[in-house]
Amino acid sequence: MDFHLTPEEEAFRDEVRAFLDENLPPEAGRDGKFLLGWNRKVRAKGWVGFSWPKAVGGGGGSIMQQVILKEEMARRKAPPLGSCFMGLAWVGPAIVEYGTEEQKRRFIPDILDSKLQWCTGYSEPAAGSDLAALQCKAAREGDEYVVNGQKIWTSIAMWSKWMILLVRTSSDPDDKHAGITCLLVPMDAKGLSVRPIRNMSGGTVFSEVFFDDVRVPVENRLGAEGEGWRVTISALAHERSGIAEIEGLKRQLEAVKELARRCKRGGRPASEDPRVRRRIAAADTRIEAMRLNGLRSLTKQLKGEPLSSETSINKLHRANLEIELGELALEIQGSAGPLGVAAKQAPDGGRWQRFALSWAEVVIGGGTPNIQKNIIAERILGLPKD
Amino acid sequence: MNFGFTEEQELLRAEVCKFLDQRCPLDEVRKLVETPEGFSRELWKETAELGWLGLTIPEAHGGAGLGWVDLVVLLEETGRTLFPSPLVATTLAAAAIRASGSDAQRKRWLPLLADGSRIGTFAFLEASDLHQPEGVQLAGRPDGDGWRLSGEKLFVPDGGAADVLVVAFRTGAAPREIGLALVERDAPGVAAEAVPSMDLSKRFGRLALDGARVGPGDLLGRPGAAWPAVARLLDLGACAVAAEAVGAAQAVLQLTVGYAKNRVQFGEPIGRFQGVKHPLAEMYVDVESFRSLVYYAAWALDESPDEAPLAVSRAKAYVSEAFPRIGIDCIQLHGGIGYTWEYDAQLYLKRAKWARSLFGDAEHHYERIAQLGGL
Repeated sequence: MDFHLTPEEEAFRDEVRAFLDENLPPEAGRDGKFLLGWNRKVRAKGWVGFSWPKAVGGGGGSIMQQVILKEEMARRKAPPLGSCFMGLAWVGPAIVEYGTEEQKRRFIPDILDSKLQWCTGYSEPAAGSDLAALQCKAAREGDEYVVNGQKIWTSIAMWSKWMILLVRTSSDPDDKHAGITCLLVPMDAKGLSVRPIRNMSGGTVFSEVFFDDVRVPVENRLGAEGEGWRVTISALAHERSGIAEIEGLKRQLEAVKELARRCKRGGRPASEDPRVRRRIAAADTRIEAMRLNGLRSLTKQLKGEPLSSETSINKLHRANLEIELGELALEIQGSAGPLGVAAKQAPDGGRWQRFALSWAEVVIGGGTPNIQKNIIAERILGLPKD
Repeated sequence: MNFGFTEEQELLRAEVCKFLDQRCPLDEVRKLVETPEGFSRELWKETAELGWLGLTIPEAHGGAGLGWVDLVVLLEETGRTLFPSPLVATTLAAAAIRASGSDAQRKRWLPLLADGSRIGTFAFLEASDLHQPEGVQLAGRPDGDGWRLSGEKLFVPDGGAADVLVVAFRTGAAPREIGLALVERDAPGVAAEAVPSMDLSKRFGRLALDGARVGPGDLLGRPGAAWPAVARLLDLGACAVAAEAVGAAQAVLQLTVGYAKNRVQFGEPIGRFQGVKHPLAEMYVDVESFRSLVYYAAWALDESPDEAPLAVSRAKAYVSEAFPRIGIDCIQLHGGIGYTWEYDAQLYLKRAKWARSLFGDAEHHYERIAQLGGL
C-alpha cells in the first residue's frame, strides 16, 4: 500500500493548484460572467472531457491525473469542468465510442465548449427499473425514423437542446434488449413536447417528454439499429461515483455538525446529545468507507483490471447517506424541523428542509437502492436472476 | 497510488490459507476448542516456525520485521477459519515490548515470543469496562527500585494461557498517570485463570495481582508516562480484532450465499427471492466497506500514526456495528439448520459477539470519532 503521488503526479497537482490560485475567486464572487470565463479557461487547459482521447478534442488525461484534477477541484469547491453535465458524463463518451466521424465532428466540440446541453430519454411510465421494457416506438420510413411514445423523469429537459433517446425499433418476445435503438434528437423537433413535473420539494427538475410523429434522420442514430442497449450500458459505465461526490458529502456532514452546535435539544446543544453524536460519527464512517472503496476500485483500474459491479456498493452508501443526513438535520432542529422552506425561522434559510425533500435524483435516478441490491446479489454474489 | 497488497503479501495470504485449510479446518477447530487449553500446542509451534508469531517482531529479535498491513493479511485468514490461537494476544505483548521496552527487555523477550516458547498478552480492562485512562485502577505502590501491583484485570485475551502479561497499572491520581509492566504468571502474588467465553475459539482470562512485585527490569517505559503507549496498544488490538472479523464475516457470508443458491423452496433456489437476495447484498456492502476501513487503519498504524486513532475507530465501529447483525441475519437466512450446533453458522455468530466488544464497541468508537471530528 502506498498513497503517495509520483513526482510527475505531484507536478500535475501543483499545476492544478496554481491554476486555481490564479483563476478561482471566493465563492461569493462567482457570478455568471465568471462562469463563462471559467468554462473557457478550463477548456483551454484541456480539462473539459479530460478523460476523452485527444483525437476527439479531449484531454487524454491518465486515470491518476483525472483523480488528481477532480480532487483538487472538489477541495476548492470549484464549479464543474464544463456545464454540459450529461453531455460530458455519458452522451459524449457514447458518441466517442459508437458515433460516426460526422457525429463526433458535429456534437463533441459543442459539448466540450459548454454550448450544448443534453438530456437523457431513457425511463418511461411503464419502464423504470425494468428499463429494457421500454415501448417508445421508432418506425423506419426511408431515411427517417418516426418516433411515437413518451418518456418520463427526464432531468433538465426544459433547458436542453438535444436528447439521447432510447426507442424500440423491433419486438422480440424472447429478448427485450434486442430491439432497442439509440437516437440523438433535437429538442425543438416538430411533434416533441415537454411537460415539467413538480416534485415533492416544490421545484422542477424532471419532465415528461412526448413524441408525436417526431421525424429523426437516420444519420442521428448512435450505433447500429438494435444496438441501443449496448450503447447505453457502456455509456452509463462512464457515470462513476467519485471524489467530487465524497468531498460534497464531507462538506454536507460538516454543515450538519455545525447545525448541531447551534440547535438546542432538551436545553443543550444537539451536538452534546449522544444519539446525535453517534449518527454523525456513523455518517462520517460511511463517507470514509466510500472514499476507501473508491481507492480500492482505482487501484484495480490502475492495474488494468476491469471493474465489476462494485460501484453499486458506493451507490447504496450514497443513497443511505443522502437520506440520513437530511433526516438528521431535521431531527437536530427539533420542532423547527417540519417548518416550511419559506419560514423565516427555518435555520439556514430553509436549506435543510429543501435538502430533506430533494434526494430523489440521487437515490432513485440511475437505479433505485433495491435495483443496486439486485445487481450486487446477481452479478457479484452470483445468485440466480429474478 | 496503490491501495492493494504486494506480491509478497499475496504469497503470504496463499501460504496461510493453505496451511489453515490443511491443518486446521473447521472440524479440527471444533475438536480443539473442546480441549482444556482450547488450542493446539503443536500448531502453535508450527505457526512459530512459519513466522506468524514473529511477523511484526524485528528481524534482529527473531521476527520477520513486517508491519500491521502484513498482519492483517494473516489475520483475515485466521478469522476466516476461526483458528484458535493466542496469536493476537502474543503479538500485542510483543508490540508493547518493542515500543516501550529497553534494549535488554527486547533482547530477552521478543525472541521468546517469536519462537513460541512464551505466550504473551496485554491486560488492560477492569471492572469499570472503560477503554480510557480512568479504566486503569489496578494500584501500583512504589517499592524500592520497583513497584508492587494489586488489583484485578478482566477480559484479558488468552489470559489463561499467557506466560507473560503486559499489565497497565495506576501510578498516581491524574487520569494519565499510568505505567506498563511485564508480569510473569508464575511469580508470587500473581493468579491468572481462564474464563469461559461464548466464542469457544477465543478465550478470556482474569488476572488477580496481590502485591506482585515488578522490578526495574519488568517496567516498560517510565511509570506514569505510559498512556500514549497503552492507547496505541488498544488501537493495535482493535485493528487486529477487526481484521479477523473481515475474514470471518466474509466466510459466513459465503456460507450463506452458497446455501441460498442450493436450498430449494417453493420450487426455486431461495437465492432467487429478493427477501433473501437483498439482505445478502447489504451484508456484502458492509463487509467490503469495513474491509476497506480495516486495510486503511492497518496502513495508518504502520505509516501514518497521527491518522491511526481515527482510522482505527472508524474500522472498529463499523465492524462492531455490522458484524453481529451479519451473524444473526446469516442464521435467519438458513432457517432451522442455521440454529443447530453442528452447522458452522453459529460459530461465526459467536465470533461476532466476541469481536463486538473487544477493544471497544461501536458506542465507544463512534464517540471517539465524534470527539476527533471536533464535536
